[in-house]
Amino acid sequence: MELTVNGVSREIDVEEDMPLLWALRDELGIKGPKYGCGVGQCGACSVLIDGELARSCQVAAVDVWGEVTTIEGLGTPDSRHAVQEAWIAHQVAQCGYCQSGQIVAATALLAENPAPTDEEIDDAMSGNLCRCGTYPRIREAVKTAAKSLQET
Amino acid sequence: MSRIGKIARRTFLIGSVAVVGGVAFGYYTYKKPIKNPLLDDLAEGDAALTPYVRIDQSGVTIITPRADLGQGAYSIQAALVAEELDVDPSAVNVDPGPPSAAYYNSKIAGEGLPFSALDESTLASSARDFGEGVAKVLGIQITGGSSTVPDAYEKLRIAGAVARETLKAAAAKETGVAVSELQTRDGHVILPDGTEIAYADLAATAASIEPIEKVQLRDAASWERLGKSHERLDIVAKSTGTLPFGIDLEMDGMLYASVRTNPRMGGEVLGFDATEAEGMRGVLKVVPIKGGAGVIADNTWRAIQAVNAIEFDWGEAPYPAEQDALWEATRAAINSDQQDSRFKDEGNVEPVLAEGGVLEAEYRIPYLAHAPLEPMNAVVQLKDGRLDIWTGTQISRFLVAKAAKTAGIEAENVHLHNQYMGGSFGRRLEDEYVQQAVELAVAHQGAPIKMTWSREEDMTHDFPRPMQVSRARGKVQDGKVHAYDLAIAASSTSESQIGRLGFPAAGPDIAIVQGAWDQPFAIPNYRVTGYRAPAMVPVSSWRSVGASGNGFLHGGFLDELFQEAGADPLAEMLRLCNHDASRKVIETVGEMANWGSDLGANRGRGLAFCVSFGVPTAEVVEITQTESGIKIDKVFVALDVGKVLDPVNFDNQVKGGVIWGLGHAMLSELTYSDGRTEQENYDWYEAMRLYQAPEIFVQAVDNGSQIRGVGEPAVPPAAPALANAIFDATGQRIRELPLSKHIDFV
Repeated sequence: MELTVNGVSREIDVEEDMPLLWALRDELGIKGPKYGCGVGQCGACSVLIDGELARSCQVAAVDVWGEVTTIEGLGTPDSRHAVQEAWIAHQVAQCGYCQSGQIVAATALLAENPAPTDEEIDDAMSGNLCRCGTYPRIREAVKTAAKSLQET
Repeated sequence: MSRIGKIARRTFLIGSVAVVGGVAFGYYTYKKPIKNPLLDDLAEGDAALTPYVRIDQSGVTIITPRADLGQGAYSIQAALVAEELDVDPSAVNVDPGPPSAAYYNSKIAGEGLPFSALDESTLASSARDFGEGVAKVLGIQITGGSSTVPDAYEKLRIAGAVARETLKAAAAKETGVAVSELQTRDGHVILPDGTEIAYADLAATAASIEPIEKVQLRDAASWERLGKSHERLDIVAKSTGTLPFGIDLEMDGMLYASVRTNPRMGGEVLGFDATEAEGMRGVLKVVPIKGGAGVIADNTWRAIQAVNAIEFDWGEAPYPAEQDALWEATRAAINSDQQDSRFKDEGNVEPVLAEGGVLEAEYRIPYLAHAPLEPMNAVVQLKDGRLDIWTGTQISRFLVAKAAKTAGIEAENVHLHNQYMGGSFGRRLEDEYVQQAVELAVAHQGAPIKMTWSREEDMTHDFPRPMQVSRARGKVQDGKVHAYDLAIAASSTSESQIGRLGFPAAGPDIAIVQGAWDQPFAIPNYRVTGYRAPAMVPVSSWRSVGASGNGFLHGGFLDELFQEAGADPLAEMLRLCNHDASRKVIETVGEMANWGSDLGANRGRGLAFCVSFGVPTAEVVEITQTESGIKIDKVFVALDVGKVLDPVNFDNQVKGGVIWGLGHAMLSELTYSDGRTEQENYDWYEAMRLYQAPEIFVQAVDNGSQIRGVGEPAVPPAAPALANAIFDATGQRIRELPLSKHIDFV
């Protein structure tokens, strides 16, 4: 089957129940999406499929209905997405393992709702677990990103 | 002797190639210099000026031997060296270096001693110095106990200064300009005429001369990096998905593996049937390992699917199989035969309590998993008698020694490459997952094998924090706390954990009472006794170790006594406090929270205090009782770590510690049935979510105290402050964690 990830189309041959997460990580070598729970509880594997937020551990690779964007597809160290810039400005990450998923989730939120209220941020971001407890900084970074996306 | 002289003599013993000086204790092995591990593979013309600085053609490398679990250890270690070396840490190489005795942790052993971290007496100091000696002799290279900064604070700055002065001497030798005429800036020695010589260009000459050992550390007032916030070295990579964690490593010809072992921790595997697994797509090999089996495949998911398809016959658990029996064994330990310690015994507790009028309560707290988000994993490759291991670990040298044994080779043929970790919270003080991977490598040599646990394997094989039961008794008199007698029972973390490292743990286990016996309160009749429950589920250190639970056991009942006395908790806590720095911390948190002000209807606030790892920490939690449950609104934290080296990282660590403490207090428990955990994933082992996170206000109080680490001390006061706030708002006193067993949270 063909999978388009971050604008590049690749051919993969996987079982029909292999989650997208593992097709990305172990078949295509795209390591931004992380394995945390495998049951859709932690959000570390979050990706966008045609711009819509998805848990890549809960979607079979063969069922993917559109173009996949991972954290790597949002921006790079040299050319960062506004959400990534905000994450850096607030120094959100501690261990950083959940942050790929957090950033993807925040990007999806802001694409749909450019000026979320505190409550809307809480609702949208609560599916993503952070064991280090960076939540206060995540909230600030989402607000900063919203502002800078609106200005551009 | 001047202070700097004393520092230099002590620290050179630890941190320089050319070792000079001596220390208070006359043990030969303690005085014997430890070889600089960087000298092993230096090329001609390269210089390793201290075990922390290496200079070669590619430039400067700062070695950061304490592991980065997410707490920013690499950045802070690099900043300490850079402050004296005059380099920009983001422009040089930062490397965890090889495991080596030279990187022993001088501060970790002090935590196990029966002296309060606030005790500056000669006896306590001597014991700590002796602990340093033991740590050195054993070459204990451990990351933990909030010890990275206290251990590195002088060592690494001196390492930077030694390197800088040696480079200047090298420049003087090459140019004929006197050292006193030379400056250093941004990785260069600067001649009086402005000519800049890169450090890398001086490496060969620097390697040929004796290191300059007499250095003067810069005064804090002139620091350019320390004390200010800097972008963490890993922050861009962690914000762009480009930082490889151990689990992300990819190598040519790599194979993927997963394992399962008996979910009854330490139980045997009586047999297994892998027929189905062996026929599954991508499976190369099924390998029996200690306590279970592993599957080597061509994809991690396939390996996990296959290992889950193996039918195992598990042996019984070597401990009581049901939660009730575990509780009962812990509770029953409170008897004189199982007394483990009584480090605090002031006044006349028994006669005073015998007079009657006693307030009594039983508290209990559950087992808790570390459950870092990155499941345990390791990449291993055994090829031609050489074993390479890529994994994140806090115990590198122990791990290497054990891996050598597992592989049946010499330790010198084991090469560990420490990796960034997706959290740890103490989990990676254990290394059984690495030994399992090594077993796979022995069975399938040549190719690199990445072994990854499923989340379920991880959750069911966590070495949890022990459950604890306490019996508290106390008495108030004339509106004051008059007596406090706290008995705490728990299995010994030290016995369990140090036992797995291959050492006997003799004597009382301070972890059973840490955070309770050592609190700075002048209660007239005051006793804290530890009781040792039998070894049951194997247990380990969990963020803030003994204080993680004892903060609640001690701080919860202390609040009950305040209430019983009819006293204002803040005022009575201040009245009892006999340690100036702690008092200032408590006063500060009171001011931050505007203590005493009216919060309005259905609201409440709670105060708690705990000294752990030498850091007095006070927290006030404010809550609202809503129709759908308790909502935590705000948390105020004041703490004294001495100097704050990086304010943003400090703030982040404290807030993370508060959320860790509150989240587990609200929601989390690991319970056992049929010898295995009933929780296998984050659906049942819940943690705080973003919508539940309060606003947190943090203030550092600098009383000129000794520098301390900040990774853990914010944890212990969080649970009692929350429970005390719930009492304030609702009148409900909850004496068991998680609190959600008794009250709903929003």
